[in-house]
Amino acid sequence: MRTNTEIGYDSKIEGDVIVTRVDAALNWFRKNSVWPMPMGLACCAIELMAAGASRFDISRFGSEVMRFSPRQSDCMIVAGTVTYKMAGAVKRIYDQMPEPRWVIAMGACASTGGMYRSYAVLQGVDNIIPVDVYVSGCPPRPEALLDALIKLQNKISKEPVLKRLTAVAALKS
Amino acid sequence: MAAKEHKEVCVGEHSRPGCGSVRPAPNSNAVALASSRPAAEELQDAQSERMVLNMGPSHPATHGVLRIVLELDGEIITKADPDVGYLHRGDEKIAENMTYTQFIPYTDRLDYLAPLANNVAYALAVEKLLGIEKDLPPRCQYIRVMCAELARVSSHLLGIGAFAMDLGAVTVFLLTFNEREKVYNLAEAISGARFTTSYTRIGGVMRDLPPGWTEQCRKFCNELVPVLNEVETLLTRNRIWVDRVRDLAVISKEDAIDYGLSGPNLRGSGIEYDLRKAQPYLCYKDLEFDIPIGSVGDCYDRYLVRMEEMRQSLRILHQCIDKIPGGADNKSNEPVNVADGKIVLPPKQKVMTKMEELIHQFMLVTEGVNCPPGEIYFGHENPKGELGFYINSRGGGTPYRMKIRSPSFVNLSIISKIFPGCLMSDTVAILGSLDFVMGECDR
Amino acid sequence: MSALEFAKKIKAKFGDLISEPTKFRGEITIQLGDAERIVEVCEFAKKELDFNYLVDISSVDNYGEDPRWTIVYHLRRLADSCELRLKTSVSEEKSELPSVTTVWKTANWHEREIYDMMGVRFRGHPDLRRILMWEGYPYFPLRKDFPLAGKTTDVPGVAFTQPAPLEGGPFVTAPGGKDAIEREPRVRNPES
Repeated sequence: MRTNTEIGYDSKIEGDVIVTRVDAALNWFRKNSVWPMPMGLACCAIELMAAGASRFDISRFGSEVMRFSPRQSDCMIVAGTVTYKMAGAVKRIYDQMPEPRWVIAMGACASTGGMYRSYAVLQGVDNIIPVDVYVSGCPPRPEALLDALIKLQNKISKEPVLKRLTAVAALKS
Repeated sequence: MAAKEHKEVCVGEHSRPGCGSVRPAPNSNAVALASSRPAAEELQDAQSERMVLNMGPSHPATHGVLRIVLELDGEIITKADPDVGYLHRGDEKIAENMTYTQFIPYTDRLDYLAPLANNVAYALAVEKLLGIEKDLPPRCQYIRVMCAELARVSSHLLGIGAFAMDLGAVTVFLLTFNEREKVYNLAEAISGARFTTSYTRIGGVMRDLPPGWTEQCRKFCNELVPVLNEVETLLTRNRIWVDRVRDLAVISKEDAIDYGLSGPNLRGSGIEYDLRKAQPYLCYKDLEFDIPIGSVGDCYDRYLVRMEEMRQSLRILHQCIDKIPGGADNKSNEPVNVADGKIVLPPKQKVMTKMEELIHQFMLVTEGVNCPPGEIYFGHENPKGELGFYINSRGGGTPYRMKIRSPSFVNLSIISKIFPGCLMSDTVAILGSLDFVMGECDR
Repeated sequence: MSALEFAKKIKAKFGDLISEPTKFRGEITIQLGDAERIVEVCEFAKKELDFNYLVDISSVDNYGEDPRWTIVYHLRRLADSCELRLKTSVSEEKSELPSVTTVWKTANWHEREIYDMMGVRFRGHPDLRRILMWEGYPYFPLRKDFPLAGKTTDVPGVAFTQPAPLEGGPFVTAPGGKDAIEREPRVRNPES
């Protein structure tokens, strides 16, 4: 039976074997275990914690632990207002994250500066780091954050990983 | 020689039980090397050299973005210098450029663990400036008291949950967050937003209680008591918990007053001062509740004060639900706003049909509430301490200067006094017991 | 009305230095004529009259008037919760007054914040440096001639700032206007 999925699987013929592309497999591993690094700065951090608590369990989606160490995390969730004073620290922590890494800008303040148009607030964290998903809301409901996580997972599943890895390998050799 | 120094530091600076077992054994290498002169001197230098450790702004246990520069001598802290301002958003300057009503959402985000309490505090401050605080209808006062006490419960739940989680008791965090979700449901029913509610307005509240809200509130209060009991079972007489927080960071009465502490931190040190009893506002005079006070002033006392304050808040909530004028459904149509068109937006049906109400609506929206020139200070008993608004007005709808006296800002200044002498691992316990929030500290 | 009695006692002790107590919305305010004597007045208030709790120190920028700075101290007695407001003025050329950290330790951080936001220095402060903004930030943000959007600065290695997009300035009514034309909301320049 021909299906339009990346994982072509017909249990009658294949049994316990799945035939797929390397890209699809790698992306499947990556997207289902996105470990977030919570850059919880302000009020959105409380909704982030609520998303991690028992009602809106974020570990259902693979984000099992909130790793506070950038070296061990995949996705940085910038939750809260980024001030100019904090911007240097955020950038430094982002630089410490190993590839592949993604960023979710959670809330109005992280996306664009929010309602704080003042002398001390960075108008959007995308001024200093590249953002993959923006979540609007002040603060966004935990369901909105989970929706953003799902969008990120969809984005990850479309990444041409193998091409990138082979290109890097070709550069090095 | 070097080994003896090490031991002296041990014994002199700590009197907590079990301290001896926690201390590292004296460095036996130092004794062996003491005979060779240059190496011994080098070692002594190395041992007396202080290490500067940055407990950075991004840290799981600093409850937000607080940076503390610690100077350590081994495991013991010798100097601590907190560096705040990583969440300074310019609220006070924004307040000078907004009308009083437009500033209400910013007050939500001050102490973002208890937004309803901040809303109530700000509304009361502006009403004091207007001089209408006595004219608030009784139903409005009861609603505001219920909001403030729910906010208090919610904030203490998170405070204790985060405190326990930082020290390792993760279950408590999940239990308290589950109860906070119920408070979020109540807040969402009353104002539309789970979290940053912007519920109060100058002269009243945004809208009346929805039907069935008081019953839901009563149900929540009844459900919270067994959870509080469970948290107490998990923590209060737990050997590990008591060992970690008892006799830690004792704040004496004189220090507490001199450093301007307020709220549970002040009461944990034994000072009986609660703004709800000392300068009663709203309808606290008609309600019966007690003020828990600590005896020693250590972290354990502050934790116990917060637990008991939650139970007293539940007591207040039950009384409010029983006594609220108009009852649960407001069948007698009690007003919830001051009946003054110049302060409160008139009902929309009249705005669309009558001239006077149209003019009031227009003036209130474009220019804001016309406050008289003068200055006031109003302090409100927030869950974190005393949230005060100093409003200097020159007339008109915007303040000339608004200063927000935030309890967390003042509470944090005591860190440089109580950290030195504690172990590195105690920092987390002390920060958890002080229960501050950076949104309020930095404004 | 015991706040009034305490204010009168301070006036009796310091004479012409203290103004007549004024009352507004139940609060008593006294003005101190000479900012240099603030430590004496505060010590008297704390030791003789038992105002042991300093609630808050605020600062007001009277832009366009002289003296430009008004520093406001809120004192409280914890025993009976009696509050008193003590104000003093500092001119712009001087921009300095003695620190009251020797009287109440909580004044430490409040004065640092006033220095950070307004630029008023406190003589005798143990550690006067910026608290909310970073070291090296060249402006004092809460002054009336500093725009809400901020200005471009760069302290390399620490922080940079850019002006926020306010599209010309906050559009809001000006306080204190006498007639409707003055009160009408319009784009506000920093100086107004």
